[in-house]
Amino acid sequence: MENDYSIDVENLVKKFDNFTAVDNISFKVKKGEIFAFLGPNGAGKSTTIKMLTTLLSPTSGKLIINGNDAVSQQEKTRESFGIVFQDPSLDDELTAYENMQFHAVLYSIKKELWKKRIEELLRFVELWERKDHLVKTFSGGMKRRLEIARGLLHHPKIFFLDEPTSGLDPQTRNHIWSYIRDLSKKEGITIFFTTHYMEEAQESADRIAIMDHGKIVSTGTVEQLLQQTKQTSLEQAFLSLTGNAIRDEEASGIDRLRTHRQMRGGR
Amino acid sequence: MKRLAELIACVLIGKCEGGDKFNMNAIYILWLRELKRYFRSRSRMIGSLGQPLLFLIALGFGLGPVFQRAGQGNYFQFLAPGVISMSILFMSIFAGIQVIWDRQFGFLKETLVAPVSRLSIMLGKTLGGATIAVIQGIFVFILALIVGFRPDLNLLPLALLFMIMIAVFFTAVGITIASLLEDMNGFQVIMNFIVQPLFFLSGALFPLNSAPAFLKIITSFDPLTYGVDGLRACLAKTNQYPVTLDLIILLVLIGVIMTIGSYFFSRIEI
Ligand SMILES: Nc1ncnc2c1ncn2[C@@H]1O[C@H](COP(=O)(O)OP(=O)(O)O)[C@@H](O)[C@H]1O
Ligand SMILES: [Mg+2]
Repeated sequence: MENDYSIDVENLVKKFDNFTAVDNISFKVKKGEIFAFLGPNGAGKSTTIKMLTTLLSPTSGKLIINGNDAVSQQEKTRESFGIVFQDPSLDDELTAYENMQFHAVLYSIKKELWKKRIEELLRFVELWERKDHLVKTFSGGMKRRLEIARGLLHHPKIFFLDEPTSGLDPQTRNHIWSYIRDLSKKEGITIFFTTHYMEEAQESADRIAIMDHGKIVSTGTVEQLLQQTKQTSLEQAFLSLTGNAIRDEEASGIDRLRTHRQMRGGR
Repeated sequence: MKRLAELIACVLIGKCEGGDKFNMNAIYILWLRELKRYFRSRSRMIGSLGQPLLFLIALGFGLGPVFQRAGQGNYFQFLAPGVISMSILFMSIFAGIQVIWDRQFGFLKETLVAPVSRLSIMLGKTLGGATIAVIQGIFVFILALIVGFRPDLNLLPLALLFMIMIAVFFTAVGITIASLLEDMNGFQVIMNFIVQPLFFLSGALFPLNSAPAFLKIITSFDPLTYGVDGLRACLAKTNQYPVTLDLIILLVLIGVIMTIGSYFFSRIEI
């Protein structure tokens, strides 16, 4: 039975000093499922993803990713997923191609294979013509597309996407989502994503979890969430579950840097 | 403690927890990245030659006559190995500290989620940074030759070995410091309270044989002292300690810092 799940989380807790960012959450994601993780700013979504992807160690709880314990079997776990982080994670001083190549070597992909795949993926995200340009010359949207291509390079079993489409135009968002849905269907890849665009969750997700103040307040299909809250749209359901208060996002160093760059016209 | 013991075993035998060995390809690509970044920033390459040149000219020629009159011989010959060591020290620490930039600009995450042991990542970065620092040291060496340095070239390979050891040691020091810092705020503090003292208290600028006893004791705790001394022994034929002692001390220090460094590096969380 265990094996039917890509992600199995039980009683997960993360405390920063005495602030509880993730407060005893449990959920399971089936193989091949597209799972949306929604919640206002500061809900604890990114912190959860960082624990799922071995970047943060949990304060307590069980975390099984593709059958591997994410705490005690880190390297096996790392082989099995791809990730697009909420914050940028490219090397600006390298070209698009070099960023892909770096990833391929770190994931021990064979040379004949990565040559082919890099071309395929860069063509798909429409960056093949720009492959030899330094990433620092790219727009925010181009960088995002490159990160998505890179995350898929080693054919992961689970693809984590933390706000992958924030700041992108509708065309690019559509393009990316239809590719991701396709990929999930064709290759059976499990997709775990966060977004602030309710329509993305409504259109693409098989199941949704809604998180607030570190706790999961509801889980289910879109229909189930609508029934439970007696609302007609996911946005209304979301607001009725999480309230209308505006959340201040406490900016970390990286966030501050990002805002700074945003103000100067970057992503 | 157990983890520290595992890591020592890891560094010495190359066998890590979970049976994971060094990932040579990963080490190579991390090394290559550092080099590419270095060769792409010409301003950094050229900019970091300015300070050594100033030291060579201002101190070398300025203090030369005084030095001579004190019966200490040719100051320029004495100073050049010290300035080469200085440039390697600064470049190494700086290369190590770049881990903080990687963290701030997000690229470190990409490395840390990859299925590669932290030790391999640390090694790749250390070797990359150290290579850059040695290249920089060679540039300064050539610069010194142009300005008038006339070294003994018989022991050039040994001199190169000392340059490599200085570079590896201080790059690892830089990475260790970077593992403990969240952002660049502490950078100035490190430069003023660690790197500058390391340089000025190393005997790079003055001969230890005529220094007061307390200063001699202080310098004997500075790792750079042994690098400078070894390099000077090879190139200028004057030294304070036996060359083998310099060599052994540096090797031991490299082992120690790699162990400590990979311990802290493996604990980085984003
Ligand atoms: N490294 C950290 N140290 C202290 N607090 C943190 C840290 N990372 C995140 N937090 C806090 O944890 C909460 C959840 O953050 P996050 O997971 O980024 O939220 P989300 O991704 O849902 O917007 C926020 O209040 C944030 O300020
Ligand atoms: Mg987030």
